[in-house]
Amino acid sequence: MELYRQTINQLQTKITAGEITASDVVASVSKRITEVDAAVEAFITVCADAKANVDNIISRSPLAGMPGAVKDNICTQGIRTTCGSRILENFIPPYNATVVDRLNEAGAVIIGKANQDEFGMGSSTENSGYHITRNPWDLSRVPGGSSGGSAAAVASGQALWALGSDTGGSVRLPAAFCGIVGLKPTYGRVSRYGLVAYASSLDTIGALTRDVYDNALVMNVIAGYDEHDSTSINIPREDYTANIAAGVRGLKIGLPKQYYGEGLSPEVALALEQAIQTYRELGAEIIEVDMPNTDYALSTYYIIATAEASSNLARYDGVSYGLRVEGDNIVDMSEKTREQGFSEEVRRRIMLGTYTLSAGYYDAYYNKALKVRRLIKNDFDAAFKIVDLLLTPVAPTQAFKIGEKTDDPLTMYLSDVCTVTVNLAGVPALSLPCAFANNLPIGMQLIGAPLSEALLLRAGYAFERVSGLANKIAPCGGEQ
Amino acid sequence: MKYKTVIGLEVHVELKTKSKIFCGCSTEFGAAPNTNVCPVCLGLPGVLPVLNKAVVEFAIRAGLALNCQIAEYSKFDRKNYYYPDLPKNFQTSQFDLPIAEHGWLDIEVDGKTKRIGITRIHMEEDAGKLVHAGTITTSDITCVDYNRTGVPLIEIVSEPDLRSPEEAKAYMEKMRTILQYIDVSDCKMEEGSLRCDANISLRLADTEPFGIRAELKNLNSFRSVQRGLEYEQIRQAEILNDGGRVIQETRSFDEGKNVTLSLRSKEQADDYRYFPEPDLPPLVITKQLIDEIRAQLPELPDSRVARLIEQDGLSEYDAKVITATKAMAEYYDAVRVSVTDAKLVANWLTGELARLLNANAVEVEDCPIKAANIVGLLKLLEDGTISGKIAKTVIEEMWQSGKTAKQIVEEKGMVQISNVDEIVIIVEEVINANPQSVEDYRGGKEKAIGFLVGCVMKLSKGRAKPDLVNKLLKERL
Repeated sequence: MELYRQTINQLQTKITAGEITASDVVASVSKRITEVDAAVEAFITVCADAKANVDNIISRSPLAGMPGAVKDNICTQGIRTTCGSRILENFIPPYNATVVDRLNEAGAVIIGKANQDEFGMGSSTENSGYHITRNPWDLSRVPGGSSGGSAAAVASGQALWALGSDTGGSVRLPAAFCGIVGLKPTYGRVSRYGLVAYASSLDTIGALTRDVYDNALVMNVIAGYDEHDSTSINIPREDYTANIAAGVRGLKIGLPKQYYGEGLSPEVALALEQAIQTYRELGAEIIEVDMPNTDYALSTYYIIATAEASSNLARYDGVSYGLRVEGDNIVDMSEKTREQGFSEEVRRRIMLGTYTLSAGYYDAYYNKALKVRRLIKNDFDAAFKIVDLLLTPVAPTQAFKIGEKTDDPLTMYLSDVCTVTVNLAGVPALSLPCAFANNLPIGMQLIGAPLSEALLLRAGYAFERVSGLANKIAPCGGEQ
Repeated sequence: MKYKTVIGLEVHVELKTKSKIFCGCSTEFGAAPNTNVCPVCLGLPGVLPVLNKAVVEFAIRAGLALNCQIAEYSKFDRKNYYYPDLPKNFQTSQFDLPIAEHGWLDIEVDGKTKRIGITRIHMEEDAGKLVHAGTITTSDITCVDYNRTGVPLIEIVSEPDLRSPEEAKAYMEKMRTILQYIDVSDCKMEEGSLRCDANISLRLADTEPFGIRAELKNLNSFRSVQRGLEYEQIRQAEILNDGGRVIQETRSFDEGKNVTLSLRSKEQADDYRYFPEPDLPPLVITKQLIDEIRAQLPELPDSRVARLIEQDGLSEYDAKVITATKAMAEYYDAVRVSVTDAKLVANWLTGELARLLNANAVEVEDCPIKAANIVGLLKLLEDGTISGKIAKTVIEEMWQSGKTAKQIVEEKGMVQISNVDEIVIIVEEVINANPQSVEDYRGGKEKAIGFLVGCVMKLSKGRAKPDLVNKLLKERL
């Protein structure tokens, strides 16, 4: 079997046995990129020198020599970091994000920078300033977003792992659309230092992999306190693989009824029903729970996220880095730079956020949204007094067609309806494939209490062992 | 003037912490442009702030010295506005929950003490500096120096309790004294480490509500604070006298022309869209930390004045001159430890030493005469080795050469002559040479003896001991 088709865990076993070397792995993945990326377009930048570095790796970490993709909003020293935006087309960071430093120390190989919706603003990776990334299961469909490049790269065998960022579902939705595993960690569990901010109080970095075990391996490297991020949680690191095979017998899994209402496609509804049955059979107890404030989550999210974005994105003014469009004076220069450098969706969100923070509107919108956010968090706290985990869909539908929702931003925003609550509450959630229908994957979401990543991975691992849906490589338009 | 003036001041103080407020860069003033910078203070994509604990401690120190209540729970907020010297296009500041509130400081004007309320103190980051090639209007190029970006500031907002430009100046001077005492800032207005914006309005009587105010910027010296407000007071009075209305606006003081000019009216004012800084957790300050900082506060100027009056018996005037700067107060203490006569010490510090410092425009910190050497000089005075007159020559020489008083006195043979036989010779010589004056004195003109004493001193090159000269002359007349 081609090496790019295998998981990190499988490849490390072979490397340890001396059957293959890390160079073989990188070569296989690189070859796969040259074969399929013209069709998938998962990358903005492919790192040509990735192969050259492999022989120098001395780390014995499970990630040593393993090629992966990093979303292009995570700073990589000396490698341009565009955030999918023309405004940062030529931005080469002089520093590494903390997660990148940790991956480098572990010997992981960054093989490319993955495409995304500009600054994370989108759910389909159609809103990139560079190109649209295609779903490797069906090239006429979107991979989900905003970490669509990361998900498509992993699902198509162009990377063994990828980093994405998740502000409202941007790791979990593309993982679901591409049939892979994506973990959104507890806010503060993985350092945000070097992640270009979209909405600071919601942004998280998470891993995308082809099975649950690999995800735990990446988390082992990237999670942990960082003194450069004042919002990171100062507790010891843990080994997410240690207890991963412990099963779910006796666990209480909650089904929040608000997530199973109208709007779910029949395929998704059926897939979830079967997944629930599987968990029952594995020995978990299924309990329906009520999370009454869920309906307000989407509007709350779009007020808070856009407000923070309007401030975070203010720095792109053409003064000292990034795109500069000359103007008659400094104000003219900044206006022209921002008009040409930002897409319509980014400008829409900046305007929305500017409006909700304005004098006279702050209390009606931003302040109220903060209060509702608290209520949503309370819903989760209450639920986790009754159950260990929650099980929900990731999205109401499977991957949609390219261009299907681009004319109506509100329809696009609805793709996030099952995922934004998790960011508002700051809790961790795992997205993993639970079924295939019409040759397209369907994902489910496990949500846990703060810092319950190990439990989520354990529950995901138990499911994956019986579902047979781990490590599926998408055909990218060719033969499977 | 028939109007009553109301003034409130917003003072920005650069804290002299070693590193910046949210990163490890140096705060040193005067470094080559853009050398004290890093990704964080440059506001590059992806960076996050980490609060410097020293900044919090400095702010607490200032709050306590200004009699404020320290907030055990406060937070940072973003103040959003576009300006090319602000790399993130927002300033991380504190909005509704500042670190300190409800304080006061006492000022003295015309011999009367007045208490001025301090509304609040908050922490924030400084912006960079724009450098224009030529002037702001004619230059083709504007450069940005980010060295100052992220230097910690506290903003101290007063209540509208000041009633004259003179009071405003006194407030600023007192503020500087206190902040220097507690060692949180250099407070150099010319280097921008102490800055002042003033709100000023007029009304007919103290019982009326406040009038419409103007905000005055660019007050870059203590003199400018007073002059700018004086000008503004007259400008507003003229408008009111003509039946007009003062416009609420921001005005800039032009020091050269001694006028204030309109910068922008409040209608164009920015909406800063403050919201909580999501990258910094709320700031929780323990009672224990506040108590520790309180315990370490140095003696403040007001209590130091009281101590010098009560314990050292100094006049109020001398005590205030000596405590006006922390450096002079410490200089005094260093000398006083070894010299028992407090008044002698005060006289020489506020007299000759102050004169030399002023004449040479030198700060006490940089005084070429060390405190120990002043002790040496005063000892020679006290034990009669030299006269006060000689001491004045000696201190001048000490300033120039850096030598000790003893060295100078020995080298130049300035030791006072207290040997009676030696003086008698000179006295007799003077009596013989000035028969007219001798006549006058004997005829009842008491003052004539002064001339004769002067002649003896002159002949002895100032070294004869004055009281001995007096005594010996009188015996022989």
